Amino acid sequence: MSTEPQTKKFQKGERTIPHASQKASKYYPAEDEAQPKKSRKALRPYKPRPSLTPGKVLILLAGRFRGKRVVLLKTLDQGVLLVTGPFKINGVPLRRVNARYVIATKTTIPLDGALDESVMEKVSKPEYFARDKKADKKGSEEAFFGQGEGAKEKKQVSGERSGDQKKVDEGLLKAIKKEAMLQEYLKSQFSLRKGDRPHEMVF
Amino acid sequence: MGDANVTASKWRHVEVGRVVLFSEGPYAGKLAAIVQIIDHKRVLVDGPASDPKSVVPRHSTPLAHLSLTTIVIPKLPRGARNGAVKKFWEKTEVEKSWNNTAWAQSRARSVKRSQLSDFERYKVMRLRKQTRFEVRKSFAAARKSAKA
Repeated sequence: MSTEPQTKKFQKGERTIPHASQKASKYYPAEDEAQPKKSRKALRPYKPRPSLTPGKVLILLAGRFRGKRVVLLKTLDQGVLLVTGPFKINGVPLRRVNARYVIATKTTIPLDGALDESVMEKVSKPEYFARDKKADKKGSEEAFFGQGEGAKEKKQVSGERSGDQKKVDEGLLKAIKKEAMLQEYLKSQFSLRKGDRPHEMVF
Repeated sequence: MGDANVTASKWRHVEVGRVVLFSEGPYAGKLAAIVQIIDHKRVLVDGPASDPKSVVPRHSTPLAHLSLTTIVIPKLPRGARNGAVKKFWEKTEVEKSWNNTAWAQSRARSVKRSQLSDFERYKVMRLRKQTRFEVRKSFAAARKSAKA
């Protein structure tokens, strides 16, 4: 079917009539079409708090390691921080944490040259922390029915990961041991005592 | 009847020349001298400190915001103006004698403690433990030798 306009001839003249599909609608919508609101906000790249510089000692406030004092290795994108205990000192592995659930202290460990560049590059990628789907049987039939035996199986940390952890810890430990009591400080946990007012405390 | 023994009280008085410490308000923690007593609740104070940060301008303030210190500027004329107060202030060495009081020192200590960082607090805790251990050790040794 063509949608070309038809030309009709009359006695003296002629006129073109648009095709039926081109004709203006007989009706108009009873309600105005909704216009999407224009956002006046610009998408800005994530900028970490000025206190979050690599080498800072942080206090974790949430999660499995809450209360632990850890070392900030790198600020990743969108409010994610790469931290480690170091694992040798307080058992906190290389881990990503939310910058919101962290207190930055005034203590800084000088990191220049302490960390292996290639390891850091590998570790700061999101794929490094991606879950191994094959090993993770959660939700599968096998896992459901084999709960009794499956629970006994301890999760094995891959050799690659523990190797990376060791490399990172090695450099960090050297820097930490230079200052007296710093190692014991990282080993200790933070907690509020009687009369402590966290909003008035200096960290 | 025995002789009545009348002695003057040793209280600190609200008097002209009395050095006061602000306990609240915008000048909290700063020193000033009473220049004139306005009524039973208010006084005129002036604090010409040597450090411009701790200067208290001449103004009237309620006594409820003040604590009386032991220091008195002797013979400060009532209603003395700023220049005269400054002269007297320097002559009696108000700031020096204030810094020597136990009160000022404990204040300074508590301020310093409150400004410690997390790591410094940990270090203080550790060092206090160490001193306690040493003190108890020598105390135990002393007691043992006293018994024997």
